Amino acid sequence: MSGQLKPGQGPLEYGRRRWLQSLFAVTLMVLYLPIAVLVAFSFNEQNRGGVWKGFTFENYPKAWANQSIYDAMVNSLTIAVITTLFATVIGTMVAVMMWRFRFPLKPAYEAAMGLPIVIPEICMGVALLLFFNGTGLMGFFSNLVWPFNLATIIIAHIAFCFPFVAIVVRSRLVGFNKQLEEASRDLGANEWQTFWQVLVPYMKPGIISGALLAFTLSLDDFVITFFTSGPETVTFPVKIYSMVKTGVKYEVNAASTILIVITILATVLAMKLQAPEKSGH
Amino acid sequence: MEDWKSNSRAFWTLATPATLWLLAFFLIPLAYLLALSFSSKALVNGEVSINDYDYFTGVANYIRAINPDIISIFLRTLWWSALATLACLLIGYPIAFSICFMPERWRPLALLLIVLPFWINLLIRTYALKTVMGARGVVNSALGLVGIGPVEMIGTTGAVIFGLVYVFLPFMILPLYSTIERLDKSYLEASLDLGASQFQTFWKVTLPLTMPGIITGVILVFIPCLGMFLISDELGGTTSWMIGNVIQAQFGASNDWPFGSALSFALMLLTIIVLVMQWYYQNRSKGAH
Repeated sequence: MSGQLKPGQGPLEYGRRRWLQSLFAVTLMVLYLPIAVLVAFSFNEQNRGGVWKGFTFENYPKAWANQSIYDAMVNSLTIAVITTLFATVIGTMVAVMMWRFRFPLKPAYEAAMGLPIVIPEICMGVALLLFFNGTGLMGFFSNLVWPFNLATIIIAHIAFCFPFVAIVVRSRLVGFNKQLEEASRDLGANEWQTFWQVLVPYMKPGIISGALLAFTLSLDDFVITFFTSGPETVTFPVKIYSMVKTGVKYEVNAASTILIVITILATVLAMKLQAPEKSGH
Repeated sequence: MEDWKSNSRAFWTLATPATLWLLAFFLIPLAYLLALSFSSKALVNGEVSINDYDYFTGVANYIRAINPDIISIFLRTLWWSALATLACLLIGYPIAFSICFMPERWRPLALLLIVLPFWINLLIRTYALKTVMGARGVVNSALGLVGIGPVEMIGTTGAVIFGLVYVFLPFMILPLYSTIERLDKSYLEASLDLGASQFQTFWKVTLPLTMPGIITGVILVFIPCLGMFLISDELGGTTSWMIGNVIQAQFGASNDWPFGSALSFALMLLTIIVLVMQWYYQNRSKGAH
């Protein structure tokens, strides 16, 4: 592991060990190199071939003008927004329910609620494909006008996102002081007022980070979308999948870069929102 | 905690949407998958129908799955997932460790840098990796400068396992970080003071105390690896199929949904076995305290 300690280096100062520092640096490099190359090539002049020709911004307006990429992007964002709304409400409600009540078969209920998180995505994807086809829902929704033709994807996304929201909100609720609720009732607030004016404000950081989690999960999802989307309802990840199969143009790099920026902003925002809570304890 | 009967109106209001959604769009689809795995394609006028099924015709699909090809793909999936998980552990542990021992103001940034790629779309990362590892990619260009190559990476087993590690490493580091951070450092000091070497301290104190984090990390990496088909599809060749690829093919080109359902159910069972093993281990170690 390590040799002699250098002068002035304590036995527990692992943060100053050279080999740990180098491993950390090399891992970061390996993690970011492919992404950096992808972003760099979104500014490449030559449209194919993997060789750097020169700097240009042209790929961005091209990606914007490419109807199929644009549609896929709009679909992805629409699905993510609607999914986030539903998953956040449903997930928060069930989190409050599981936090507040004792009921028969609770462990089994909790296990079932955790199942969408733990089973392989491909299993959930094919199960939903079978279900939507067997019930005729797939055919029904795919004939509707936009955005209702996205319904099968949205339904599937809500199903795998709300358990994540429930977990995040419930872990926030653990720290809630129940006396606040009692005080509110004593002071004459009814149950509904107590819920809205005491519990919801307390849950707010949890709800927000749960919502951002749902948003990124939905925006990110490829596997379940792949199985539940029709030919007319292509999302951005599914679009990249087919473009990679046929050979890629740098417009995809441009569109990917935009998506990366959106995701990073959402993540950093989520972390910012959570950070003061931690130090507050 | 209240009993649900004490305020059943609130209970049902809060419980109904999630329960219905879970039932209708998760549990019933899974039940349907299970039913279809025991079914076969219907014969209509003596011809095999494309999308009509005779339900509950027997276990023929499962018997079909017990053939050397499918079993070897299952074993390969397990083996590759295990290798990728081990690699994630060997790389992730020292990294989580070094983040925990960084000056406090650097820790959030270091953690963010490690976790950020995980939030970037899986498909974008796979595509990025494919570009970098390609015959004319950055890695081969760099190797070319020192007179090596081009090395063919895409299509090899190594590329698939590297891809799995690349994609799932943050899943390993996060639980390890949170366990090592909570570890009471005075145990390590005590062990070193009492004359144990760094290695002994690690092996006999640090490792056992951080075992819960290791187990969580292993589960979080191993299970998604089992169901992965994207990485093996993009970075591997036709000879490097994992079970996910076989399942995907049944619902695509091969169009054999009952067989695909049987394979999916087998994969799900495998996952649940892994989870039960973890649960059993955790309960046992809790009992030992």
